[in-house]
Amino acid sequence: MRKFEIFLISICLFFNISAYSYSTDPQEFVNKLVTEAISKLSNKSLTEDQKAEFIKKIALENVDIKALSLYTLGELRKSSNKSDIDNFKKTFERYFLKSLTSRLSDYSSSEFKVIGSEQKSANYTIVNSEIVPNDDGPEIKVDWRVFTKDPNKPLIRDLIVEGLSLARTQKEEFASILISSNNDINVLIQKLEEFINN
Amino acid sequence: MTLNKISSLGFAIFFSYILIITPAKATTECFEPVSRTIFKFNMAFDDVVLEPIAKGYNKLPNFIKVGTSNFTSNIATLLSIPNSLLQGNISQVGHATGSVLVNTTLGILGFFNPAERLGLKAHKEDVGQTLGYYGVGHGCYFVLPILGPTTVRDSFGLIADTFIDPFAHVTIREHELMGISGNDLDYFSVKGTSAIDFRAENIKNIESLEKNSIDFYSSLKSVYLQDRENKIKNSSSTEDDWGNLDN
Repeated sequence: MRKFEIFLISICLFFNISAYSYSTDPQEFVNKLVTEAISKLSNKSLTEDQKAEFIKKIALENVDIKALSLYTLGELRKSSNKSDIDNFKKTFERYFLKSLTSRLSDYSSSEFKVIGSEQKSANYTIVNSEIVPNDDGPEIKVDWRVFTKDPNKPLIRDLIVEGLSLARTQKEEFASILISSNNDINVLIQKLEEFINN
Repeated sequence: MTLNKISSLGFAIFFSYILIITPAKATTECFEPVSRTIFKFNMAFDDVVLEPIAKGYNKLPNFIKVGTSNFTSNIATLLSIPNSLLQGNISQVGHATGSVLVNTTLGILGFFNPAERLGLKAHKEDVGQTLGYYGVGHGCYFVLPILGPTTVRDSFGLIADTFIDPFAHVTIREHELMGISGNDLDYFSVKGTSAIDFRAENIKNIESLEKNSIDFYSSLKSVYLQDRENKIKNSSSTEDDWGNLDN
């Protein structure tokens, strides 16, 4: 009976892992991940909560949200105390997940194709893709900055839409809020909370 | 001295002052509170005028949109010729000149783009980019009514463009060039159509950026500055510094 329980648990674990694990090849990794995300978001039989839950799961697993949160904080990450940074990281994660779901939903009626990739360094590979809207709109070039320091676990760090880095845009947006509030990280956290609750 | 000359001299002194006095940091604001007020006005103008027109434009048959986009793009390429020359990029001078010649003739006044199929790819170049190419910094950032985000360097470039752009030469300067002449209305009609075409192409992108921004003013500022950097480098690759986060 004990062996049967272990077998059942193993089966459950296997299926749970395989449902959300992707290739270690950066190009294949981005292709599968985004195709699946767009497919789920355009699935009309799923509720908004189910879609958000799915995006949350794959984003937590495949996007380097912690590094992204620290990057967007700029120099302040070096001078802020640990408790403020931890608080910011938690709030940023919720903000990021909401923002990502919204952004992906905006493009869910589009066709996605990976067109190539370039290894920039041991740590980074840029995966080039195109989003072709179904409404005759122009193609949108999207590059994915994939962090490959651990080759077995690639992580997405940035989306570069038509040459414009979303991470940098976010960082500069946060910098503007911080400058106008005398570098008070709590003001930024409060702004993120407002976005999450809207 | 005519009023035009006095105002040109005034502008030149003003821009030289700001270029010299202000540090050439891209993120520095010239006068943020004023820019934010103008930005609000521009957003209202966009809501009431530009966006509705752009949405209507998007409902036109695709061949009309593509033709219009090709037409305005072909005229804008005229400005690339002197700027590529000023940057010493002879290959781009060839591409831009060839593109205008082929599209204006075979492409029926630029409504079609046979030049691209012939391998002629003209980059869009303006005086702001040429100055950037020679290492002139952005200067500070501000927002112009209707025209939107800019920097000291780029706004100076915007005025200088009208002096070296062959299309501006035959329209707003009312000079004749190879038997062709025009007027202010021609110039501003083409520029306006170009703005509507750009807005229509980016309806979804701008909507998404606005919806997901905490401070849309700063997001657009970042997007504008990144775009200008890419255009100066003629490249879309970004080299963000992740510092110790890469370790």
